Amino acid sequence: MFKKIQIIILSAATIFLIACQGGNQQSDGSVNDLSGTINIDGSSTVYPVTEAIAEEFRAVAPEVRVTIGVSGTGGGFKKFSRGETVISDASRPMKESEAAACKENGITYIELAVAYDGLAVIVNPKNDWVNELTVAELKTIWQPSAQNVITNWNQIRAGFPDKELKLLGPGTASGTFDYFTEAIVGESGASRGDYMPSEDDHVLVQGVAGDENALGFFGLAYYHENQDKLKLLGVDGGQGVVLPTTTTVKDGSYSPLSRPLFIYVSSEAAKRPEVVKFVEFYLENAAELVGDVGYIALPSEEYAKQLAHFNEFVAKTVVAAGSN
Amino acid sequence: MNNADKNQLKDVVFKYLGVFASLIGIILLTIFIASIISDGLKRIDWQFLTSLPSRKADRAGILTAWTGSLWIFFLTALISIPLGIAAAIYLEEYSKKNRLSRILEINITNLAGVPSVIYGILGLEIFVRTWKLGGSLLAGAFTLSLLILPIIIVATREAIKAVPATIKEASFGMGATKWQTIWHQVLPSSAGGIATGVILALSRAVGEAAPVIVIGALAYVPFVAQSPMDEFTVLPIQIFNWVSRPDAGFITNAAAGIIILLAVTFLLNGIAVYLRYRWQRHLKW
Repeated sequence: MFKKIQIIILSAATIFLIACQGGNQQSDGSVNDLSGTINIDGSSTVYPVTEAIAEEFRAVAPEVRVTIGVSGTGGGFKKFSRGETVISDASRPMKESEAAACKENGITYIELAVAYDGLAVIVNPKNDWVNELTVAELKTIWQPSAQNVITNWNQIRAGFPDKELKLLGPGTASGTFDYFTEAIVGESGASRGDYMPSEDDHVLVQGVAGDENALGFFGLAYYHENQDKLKLLGVDGGQGVVLPTTTTVKDGSYSPLSRPLFIYVSSEAAKRPEVVKFVEFYLENAAELVGDVGYIALPSEEYAKQLAHFNEFVAKTVVAAGSN
Repeated sequence: MNNADKNQLKDVVFKYLGVFASLIGIILLTIFIASIISDGLKRIDWQFLTSLPSRKADRAGILTAWTGSLWIFFLTALISIPLGIAAAIYLEEYSKKNRLSRILEINITNLAGVPSVIYGILGLEIFVRTWKLGGSLLAGAFTLSLLILPIIIVATREAIKAVPATIKEASFGMGATKWQTIWHQVLPSSAGGIATGVILALSRAVGEAAPVIVIGALAYVPFVAQSPMDEFTVLPIQIFNWVSRPDAGFITNAAAGIIILLAVTFLLNGIAVYLRYRWQRHLKW
């Protein structure tokens, strides 16, 4: 009887050991003596970019272990300010309170922009009455006082048909929601509550694709994956109507619904060549890789500028450490 | 229609209501599994099982996720089984039926209903920060052990309760001590039920994402954990991560990941059913 149990336990242990062996297969023969662990955490929006960089970095420095968490921008900064991570992904600039926490723990850092993200305002393809909205109109639709008041398309602009307005958007926990409300309503998190929220952007895509009267917003990448089911609207931020495209997001003319994505690198990096190499690799290859994950690259001279800043930051930190 | 007819009718109505109620679950499960399998089965191959995460859906794999889940399963089992069974034996066989034991009992039953993310927060404070385990496998296993301990304790107590009192009395009558009775009579005859409870609890631990995300499990881990102190990811996190990506290829990956997770869970449940069958066949009373 108990023999049987032993056999089961032994075979389980064997499977387990075989599983552990898998980790050793990664070296691709590329010659590089860098090693160590680079802990990264932060925004789930920036995550795909950092993941893509980390994936390619394996080929350059197979012995360096890069780990990435998705605690959110705020959660990432909390760990960053405690010195638990050396790089933090962020979909917004660091807040004063977060900067103070870093200072308290003696952590200096540099902010580096790595990509742009555009927010798409979309309607159903059968919607033939709207091609663009102004920021003021978007505010009319989404501000908190619109709740239970603005419920029909004809309330948005004279000439729009008498049709019920169905709104969809990301849930309140999402950084996209914070960003949209900040850019459109003027206050982060201020929004009407009577719209259909979903943390899953695929649900929003389905919702707008299935309802002629719907209007929604989400990351541009989701529009690109579902172009045949959706209609993209231009946004007029005061400088005329602009459709979000790679060009208009990149040159900043699709305003205010495009934002930069950042990584924050701690001064700890200066002491660790593998982190310096990783960040350099990040800025040198981002232009090529961010498109793969649905974001928009900065102009290439901008990456060169970020890289120069970073090298300066490292040099300064090394000098400062040497003079102590 | 007389009274007897009415009662007959009620009987028939209730029967079909019962059939309907039992079928709902099965139908939903069938639809769910069929849709997942049609989405994901073609994606499962050797490459998928042995590759690291990638930005390209067709190059991405779940090696670190399934090995992480396996680590978590064994570590959690190692921690929770002895603790859970010992607690249940104490409560069932040793503790006096007084107010303290009643409070303990009510608490354990209630703990089984606490949302899993709360255990994550507890684990973050105790294991990650105070014990300084960091976002390691060990911290994850301790947290999940807390989560499933109440389930194991309740199941074990039920199994022990089902052992006929006559068996125990006979054992005592032969001069056996309490511990001898528990070790030689109670545990062997309740082992099947205990095993079922334990494996069901562990299946739940393997399927949890929320508490391990809270304690700091990662989304991208490019190496298979070599020790319990390594950082890790698990299948539910990987699935969750893929579901939220715009690229449709990742949705297929997520479906394939779900199949793997379901397969692991079904396998574990299968082992439980088998063990129970084996043990019950060997009962000699």
